[in-house]
Amino acid sequence: MINSHLPVLQVLLPLIAAPLCVILRQSVLSWLFATLICFLSFIISCVLFNQVLESGVISYALGGWLSPWGIEYRLDKLTAFMLLIINGVAAIVLLGARESIADEISSDRLYLFYTAFLLNLTGVLGVIMTGDAFNLFVFIEIASLSSYAMISIGNDRRCLYAAFKYLIFGTIGASFILISVGLLYAVTGTLNMVDIFQRLPDVENTKTLTTALVFFVVGIGIKAAIFPLHLWLPDAYSYSPSIVSTFLAGTTTKVFVYVLIRFIYSVFGYETVFVQEAMSHVLMILACAGILYGSYLAIQQDSLKRLLAYSSVAQLGYMLLGISLATEAGLAAGLIHVFNHAIIKVALFLSVIIIIFYTKTDSISKLAGLAKTMPLLMLSFLIGGLSLIGVPLTAGFVSKWFLIKASFENGYWGLVVVIVFSSVLAIIYIWKFIEVAYFKEPDKVVIAIDGNQKTPYLLLFSLFVFVIANVYFGLDSSLNVDMANAIAQDFYLDFVVQ
Amino acid sequence: MSEQHLILLALCIPVIATALSAIFQKNINLREVCTLVSSVCLIFVVSTLLEKVLKGEQPQLQLMEFLPGLAIHFKIEPLGMLFACIASFLWLINSIYSIGYMRGNKEKHQTRFYIYFAIAIASTIGIAFSANLITLFIFYEALTLSTYPLVTHKGSEDAMRAGRIYLGVLLSTSICFFLPAIIWTNILAGTTEFTNGGILNNDLGQGVILVLLMLFVYGIGKAALMPMHRWLPAAMVAPTPVSALLHAVAVVKAGVFSIVKIVVYIFSPVLLSDVIEFNILLYLAGITIIVASIVALRSDNLKRRLAYSTISQLSYVILATAILAPISIMGAALHILAHAFGKITLFFAAGSIYTVTKKTTVSELDGIGKAMPWTMGAFAIASLSMIGVPPTAGFLSKWYILQGAFEVESWFAISVIVMSTLLNAGYFLPIIYAAFFKKPVSGNEFTYQEAPWPIVLALTLTALMTILLFLLPDIPLQLVNLLAENIS
Repeated sequence: MINSHLPVLQVLLPLIAAPLCVILRQSVLSWLFATLICFLSFIISCVLFNQVLESGVISYALGGWLSPWGIEYRLDKLTAFMLLIINGVAAIVLLGARESIADEISSDRLYLFYTAFLLNLTGVLGVIMTGDAFNLFVFIEIASLSSYAMISIGNDRRCLYAAFKYLIFGTIGASFILISVGLLYAVTGTLNMVDIFQRLPDVENTKTLTTALVFFVVGIGIKAAIFPLHLWLPDAYSYSPSIVSTFLAGTTTKVFVYVLIRFIYSVFGYETVFVQEAMSHVLMILACAGILYGSYLAIQQDSLKRLLAYSSVAQLGYMLLGISLATEAGLAAGLIHVFNHAIIKVALFLSVIIIIFYTKTDSISKLAGLAKTMPLLMLSFLIGGLSLIGVPLTAGFVSKWFLIKASFENGYWGLVVVIVFSSVLAIIYIWKFIEVAYFKEPDKVVIAIDGNQKTPYLLLFSLFVFVIANVYFGLDSSLNVDMANAIAQDFYLDFVVQ
Repeated sequence: MSEQHLILLALCIPVIATALSAIFQKNINLREVCTLVSSVCLIFVVSTLLEKVLKGEQPQLQLMEFLPGLAIHFKIEPLGMLFACIASFLWLINSIYSIGYMRGNKEKHQTRFYIYFAIAIASTIGIAFSANLITLFIFYEALTLSTYPLVTHKGSEDAMRAGRIYLGVLLSTSICFFLPAIIWTNILAGTTEFTNGGILNNDLGQGVILVLLMLFVYGIGKAALMPMHRWLPAAMVAPTPVSALLHAVAVVKAGVFSIVKIVVYIFSPVLLSDVIEFNILLYLAGITIIVASIVALRSDNLKRRLAYSTISQLSYVILATAILAPISIMGAALHILAHAFGKITLFFAAGSIYTVTKKTTVSELDGIGKAMPWTMGAFAIASLSMIGVPPTAGFLSKWYILQGAFEVESWFAISVIVMSTLLNAGYFLPIIYAAFFKKPVSGNEFTYQEAPWPIVLALTLTALMTILLFLLPDIPLQLVNLLAENIS
């Protein structure tokens, strides 16, 4: 009985829990409660993952109203895969969150953070689950509004500016998506994605459809921080409370990459996007520009959080690159990187959080000799960094391997050059910190490690989970690679061959 | 013990040495004993494997498959066996030398030194035993990363800058060229396993084969083919034992070893000589040999001269491979061996001079032979081996290479070898002459004795080995004959 309602529970659970956090008020209690909810949600996603693998696509009619009248939640392999990533990251990050945010958010606002966190999770999960284009917009707004709140909740006053910037950009992006959905509704008369997809061939080659596609791509470009629409991201990541940056880096942008894939393959259709509108080349150029630009700017940064933020812009370029190849192998490579980048970036952000926790700074120039005082932590950062660069036996290598392979197979030599060149840039920006931390004698003034700080055991635990994941998925990548291949295969079987 | 266990053990012994060095870092005598015992154990394991290989077996071990069709897989073929023998044997001698050198110069961070050194050895063994390109690549990168702390050992601004060049050149060439080449090979051939007769197909055409070959040759920056050679002189800031074992033996030899292995087991010499009309690799190697020799002739700093001499000698191996005759490839394998023993002796001698006198330039060495007869005697023997004079190992390899060059009538290769022999003589003989026959500049008389005994012992042993390898070349010859069988 309850199994058949799991799809709606996945979204409802955090939604109902969010206001309860306000009622709880007390910070430790609300943290415990929110973490519990996140883990429950993770378990649900695991069950759903299994169900999808066993029985194929699950369609859930919300409130019993069948589509196209009601809202449909639709779970295919891609959905299940994304749910797993998002819930996994959310649960483990939140587990370690309490020890870090106490420093960065004043204690009377802590419960609000957990509320916003749960609402954000609701929005993100809703975006992934829904099969209704307008409902998707609603969930995007839930996710966005709560993330503005999460960013601005910190003590650092610059976060207000960052949140405002994100608000302006994000709202424009969401409006563009809404306009696109509106146009689609105008030409097809339905909001259900499956229906839209089926009716689009009738309106092929119309200006309205082209306009809808352009609005959609620009809107999602802003939301996913695709170069050159990424301008909100560096500020939002570097000024918000660290745990928020971690969560955003691991989940939010990935979700918009998901929306892009979903709309390309399940709404507009491969034919429209890649054949008629030649979107492939546009995306490819943006991806390459983003990769090079992000890596280049990451080298310039002194603040670790900002460095990782620019690196995220570059890494999003990799995912986009995979998608823009418009082949099965390319899509699979993009999806593999969605997964791998989530664990890489979260591992790196978590180590930076712990550095900030002890030293109260994330400025590279002030962290000379850090490896002597915090060897284990620096080792974690090193492993995460190597994974980001794409050294063999780490998760990052698997992504690179499939991306380069997919590019080779299509004869895109230039892309191979871009990928390997940006890996070299990644070496430079990661090594910048490694060298300072490992091989430079500490300045006397700086590393004032706060000896009175309690060891953040849970935070360390969260970090190690992700670091080990980086190594594990470098050694045995069958889970994510097989899944990504299966997803890509499904899309190309269903839609391209038709 | 089964062969799988032996392979695993060969990889693990240096790692265990690492752990033991870390555990006993307070008790330095015990720490050094651990290193020595581990290296003896490694020699024992490798020689057990050697026996099997000489019988014609090819022991294998497959660990995990981390990507579909890509596994960490070891298989010991004759060339890899030869390389593993060199690395494990010289690790022992080098450890003896390190003890004398590190203590004699009162270096800091000695435990760190021994730890990364052992990791580098483990990576070298991994490279030697690798059965496919991806395994090779993994250990190749591990070797780069583990030697970086050794290059920057001094921690000075100079050392850091050199470390950046070192890491920058080696990592970027491997990621920009080597990795794409591997992936491309995997797409073209469907596998990356080293196979007798190669895995690439004739009908790929000259263009593809040439581009792929260039990607490999320049991607393997450790082979120091010009213009990818800059990291090697930069790495000379490291303590001498590091220069000796890593930048005369393990790291650079890993480079040329990989190239030989790829030419033999990925392309196959038969395919290359069929498909390629203009053998560009031959000319690139030839130019590197001559240019590097000229630079060596002109540099006054002893270690820098040795470094450029290494660059030129590495290209000998590439040249010999590029001749593509089976006999010259045997010569290439022998040259890896001969040069290893010769060059390590030269570096040992340079370090010995530095330990006693703190002198680093060639022009300060007048008359030093009287004060340090053992050191300079070994230096002289090794120099003769570099030039290729009998009775030293260098003669043996040059003989094979020249024979191959005559066989295919490559006049370019022959003239390069002759010219470089003259140049080698030109930059080594004056040092020996000055050391033994010139009078020290007045006011600069040598009042020193020989270096500490571990140093003298080590360099005497390696000098003896260069002569022994000429007199009793039985085992290496058997190995290269097996290699030649694999080629044809």
